[in-house]
Amino acid sequence: MLSSFAVQFLNGLAGASALFLVAAGLSLIFGVSRIVNFAHGSLYMIGLYVACTAAQAFGKGPAGFWGAVLVAAFVGAALGAAIEIAVLRRIYRAPELFQLLATFAVVLLLRDAALYLWGPEDILGPKAPGLEGAIEILGRAFPAYDLLLIAIGPAVLAALWLLLARTRFGLLVRAATQDREMVAALGVDQKWLFTGVFALGSALAALGGALQMPREPANLGLDLVAIGEAFVVVVVGGMGSIPGAYLAALLIAEIKALCYGIGTVNVLGTSVAFSKLTLVAEFLVMAAVLVWRPWGLLGRAQAAVRAPGPPEPPLRPIGRGASVALAALVVALAFLPLAARGYPYLTVLAIDILIAVLFAASLHFIMGPGGMPSFGHAAYFGLGAYGAALLVKGLGAPMEAALLLAPLAALAGALVFGWFAVRLSGVYLAMLTLAFAQIVWSAVFQWDEVTGGSNGLVGIWPSARFADRSAYYLLTLAIVVAGLALLRRVALSPFGYAMRAGRDSPLRAEASGIPVARVHWVGFALAGLACGYAGALFAFAKGTISPETISVGRSIDALVMVLLGGVQSLAGPIVGAATYTSLADTIMRATDYWRALLGLAILALVQLFPQGLAGGAARLAARLRERAR
Amino acid sequence: MKKVFAALGAALAALGAQAQTIRLGELNSYKAQPAFLEPYRKGWELALEEINAAGGVLGRKLEVVSRDDNGNPGDAVRVAEELVSRENVALLFGTFLSHVGLAVADFAKQRRILFVAAEPLTDKITWQNGNRYTFRLRPSTYMQVAMLVPEAAKLRKKRWAVVYPNYEYGQSAVASFRQLLKAAQPDVEFVAEQAPALGRIDAGAVVQALADAKPEAIFNVTFGADLAKFVREGQTRGLFKDRAVFSLLTGEPEYLDPLKDEAPEGWWVTGYPWYAIQTKEHDAFLRAYQARFKDYPRLGSVVGYATVRAIADAIRRAGSVDTEKLIAAFRGLKTTTPFGPIEFRAIDHQSTMGAYVGQTAVQQGRGVMKNFRYVDGAAVMPPDAEVRKLRPAD
Amino acid sequence: MRPLLEVANLAKAFGGLVAVDDVSFSLARGELLALIGPNGAGKSTCFNLISGQLAPDAGSVRLEGRAITGLSPRRIGRLGVGRTFQVAATFASMTVAENVQTAILARERRVFDVFSRAARAHRTEALALLAEVGLAERADAPASTLAYGDAKALELAIALAQRPRLLLMDEPTAGMAPGERGALMALARRLVRERGLGVLFTEHSMDVVFAHADRILVMARGRLIAQGPPAQIRADARVHEVYFGSGRLLASPAG
Repeated sequence: MLSSFAVQFLNGLAGASALFLVAAGLSLIFGVSRIVNFAHGSLYMIGLYVACTAAQAFGKGPAGFWGAVLVAAFVGAALGAAIEIAVLRRIYRAPELFQLLATFAVVLLLRDAALYLWGPEDILGPKAPGLEGAIEILGRAFPAYDLLLIAIGPAVLAALWLLLARTRFGLLVRAATQDREMVAALGVDQKWLFTGVFALGSALAALGGALQMPREPANLGLDLVAIGEAFVVVVVGGMGSIPGAYLAALLIAEIKALCYGIGTVNVLGTSVAFSKLTLVAEFLVMAAVLVWRPWGLLGRAQAAVRAPGPPEPPLRPIGRGASVALAALVVALAFLPLAARGYPYLTVLAIDILIAVLFAASLHFIMGPGGMPSFGHAAYFGLGAYGAALLVKGLGAPMEAALLLAPLAALAGALVFGWFAVRLSGVYLAMLTLAFAQIVWSAVFQWDEVTGGSNGLVGIWPSARFADRSAYYLLTLAIVVAGLALLRRVALSPFGYAMRAGRDSPLRAEASGIPVARVHWVGFALAGLACGYAGALFAFAKGTISPETISVGRSIDALVMVLLGGVQSLAGPIVGAATYTSLADTIMRATDYWRALLGLAILALVQLFPQGLAGGAARLAARLRERAR
Repeated sequence: MKKVFAALGAALAALGAQAQTIRLGELNSYKAQPAFLEPYRKGWELALEEINAAGGVLGRKLEVVSRDDNGNPGDAVRVAEELVSRENVALLFGTFLSHVGLAVADFAKQRRILFVAAEPLTDKITWQNGNRYTFRLRPSTYMQVAMLVPEAAKLRKKRWAVVYPNYEYGQSAVASFRQLLKAAQPDVEFVAEQAPALGRIDAGAVVQALADAKPEAIFNVTFGADLAKFVREGQTRGLFKDRAVFSLLTGEPEYLDPLKDEAPEGWWVTGYPWYAIQTKEHDAFLRAYQARFKDYPRLGSVVGYATVRAIADAIRRAGSVDTEKLIAAFRGLKTTTPFGPIEFRAIDHQSTMGAYVGQTAVQQGRGVMKNFRYVDGAAVMPPDAEVRKLRPAD
Repeated sequence: MRPLLEVANLAKAFGGLVAVDDVSFSLARGELLALIGPNGAGKSTCFNLISGQLAPDAGSVRLEGRAITGLSPRRIGRLGVGRTFQVAATFASMTVAENVQTAILARERRVFDVFSRAARAHRTEALALLAEVGLAERADAPASTLAYGDAKALELAIALAQRPRLLLMDEPTAGMAPGERGALMALARRLVRERGLGVLFTEHSMDVVFAHADRILVMARGRLIAQGPPAQIRADARVHEVYFGSGRLLASPAG
């Protein structure tokens, strides 16, 4: 028994090394550039693909294998540098997190590139020559390669430490991690430092992928798996802390190994399969760590990042002309089903767009005025959707009542999670919200009897009165417009100003008597409530819901829509959601490689409108006004 | 006046459509699951070409309007709406993922349009959540498990371990396996259970935990990248030595081929040994497929091919594309697939398409199935009375 | 009548480092009191102990006799202690007037009002305050466009919006041009007189301190080593020794 856990501990060590390699690069990049790089997992995936191809080309033998690993690392470095130069360099001065949008586009591009280059089938690379077999440890066969991997993690950790502590490059990296302006003051060309760090971080990701060659096949799902795990490790360890990343990787890998090691246990007569916990183990760890230590295990409080972008312009009440135009637009939208009679799909698409708009606007409400980026906003969408479904299926409530009451589930969730989340800031806050969302997701995913598990629930259709698509569209329009109007009203109210005050300067706000945490908490809850309405509307629009409504992918969709539209404008999420949803719908029909096309479209928009679409438009209008004067 | 024009327009449109093609709506997770769905697409493309080359159906050509569902139910339902309301398709077919299949099935019920679920495996699509508008071609999870159980029971192994991806497919496969094996062999004991998250197996830890439980036999439900990792770790760590392994779907080329010469030997699997099936129907299909695509078929190819073939037969039988007539035609429809004749059962709308059960081996550097036989789906179905209990009344 | 602010035996250590050691002083209404000392003398810590950013290890802080020791900055703010920060802290996404209006709304406890229009609330009062600090003309400009000196003045207006009895100003003139410094301190002096406020400020610029303070507190290594009117401090040998080192001229601006 004991020996079994001892060997599981070794399994954990090997897993930790694998996790650490990917996470270290991500941590390095974030520390210096403050960029949340979604494409990091894609580089891991590309690294593994390249290594498999190169190993095949180089032939059998140690030189072939290790040569392939090195080639993969170099390709990773080159790709990372290229991404930095071509995509990110131009948008460093955009509002916080905007670069995330560009890296998301890169994920889409690289996924399709991999599909194009390597085809859809998994590719199993060779084992490491000389290390194919197993070594007997405590009476069990333990893969020789895993022993090497156990050593590689700490070795890379030591090498990185030396690099950071002993070289000029390392000095600059450390300086930049602490204070970006300082590096500029040191007379160093920041551009090339950033490029260098990106190349190094990407090389580490690709190396991490390549070293997995004997352990897993190259496949197209790796990018998202890797980025998810790497982010958790980086945040748990403390962003920018390399030893923290190793510690976190160790913690998470060991906990998972332990879960498998314990297996299935009888607790009070019911059997509990611990292996099922691995579905959510890392997120439970992350939530616990962040609640306990808001900057991760070895992280330090981030120096307030002086906003690199232009400051947010003050909110202006819309003029009389604009109000009339808006009212006219709403009326016109109400007549859309009539106009679309020969083209009923337009109504269907419009329902999806309206729901996306409310979803994005609710996220924007906390991300924009509240300054609280959430990577887990789908939790409230899903709670609203499941709330509606369960009210209808479980309690036999009529649709109207379910639609009205279900968002209270989202409100309750937002009240609980928000209470913890508002105590954090920046990426840590975002990752805590993600952890909560994943916990909700896994609960829904596992709770077969109530939520229908991974299959979800079906048969949640509107009541007879709204069964017709046009009728349901009008209902959706009414709720979404009311929701947007209320959110706007709140943003312009004393409460909305207090939220922005707390975001602009928490010190000043507190000193002026504004209870910042409480204000942000209430704001978080309101956003959850609004999002719950979007979720409930979604459930009845689709007739079916599954855990996918709470998934990371959906949270990312909301982020993308908000960033695309522009964080700094109340119209941003509306424009962003409408653009993204209709773009995705059109492009998905247009080509087989629609992911890549969507990625390219986003990249183009990102470069053209670094303030987001609505932000860009507002700036353009302001410039025109200036010129007119 | 307006009304007259509208009526006239509708009549003209109907006439035009009559002369034109029969449009079939197809949706699947092409981007989310390319490895399985590219062969599937080739399969239905081949069937479509053959049918149209032979003059179509009811004197009209068939046309497939295909869409990507983005691998999620929300988008799938929107795409289905688009196919129905914009493309005016006569029926829907496709889907791969179970939750997407269930969502579209429920949509079909709501919108009263026929849906032929091609690939999703969940039992619920024809049983617990079955509805009169939905039919399914591929043998369900239960059927595939039931095909393996007789061989498993023959071995009289007492101590079993199970490993499966932690979601509905894995869970229901294991539940069925336990139930059926216990029925066949009451003294069986399940000594270990590992349920890693789909696509994220920590194979080393899982393999060791299974080995530590010292089972005599293992039932595996993992697939794809998880399976490859499981096989590698298991072989390196000696998990499979002197143990019987039963593995669902592993004999399908989609899962066996990526393992190349490391494919496990002697596992009992369900699958599709396209290289060794010698029947008239399969020969014809294989030749046509290889001639058309310069590639060998995967199981998905057979499913895609057989689905469109079945739909064409149903339309012929119905003599129309009216949904009610199509349902009547599909109920009890007898059609021929590369695997031989099948029937869409009236009782639960499940086709009797079967699968091949055999043992894995490595030949010329790649995994194959040997000692295999075809198990007809009809042979592994529970008694009708049980099926009726499982399925809600229409 | 009790003094406005009484600080008694205040102490705070960080790990082994004693930052503030047994500091006691008081401040009367209408008084402009400067707190000076070399870097690391404990001024900022002392400031943060009074305003609630830090909790003291020992000692007490009383505002008009009421103990405010260890209360949160927000509570202390509500009790009538306004403060400005070393680096001007304003609400960058609002107009100048909205900055002040937000502070007034907080004072009026309308923070959780989700329905009125904030931009219309208390505008008259806000404009009056802005006029006092000389920013009336910039009322509708975005706060982010203000020059640094104006931002400091705005911060003062925000602090005044709370109707404080005591104003804590952390290096009010840091980063300002010499001309602006005099103007700001003259403004502070006028507020003290007109509103009966007490002001405690830290300052690096000796010009400012000796020209504007009624009384001066000198800290070194966490301890209060001298206090008194400017003339007395100027003459104090200990201050010369500890604070200015040997032979440096008092008149030279150190900030």
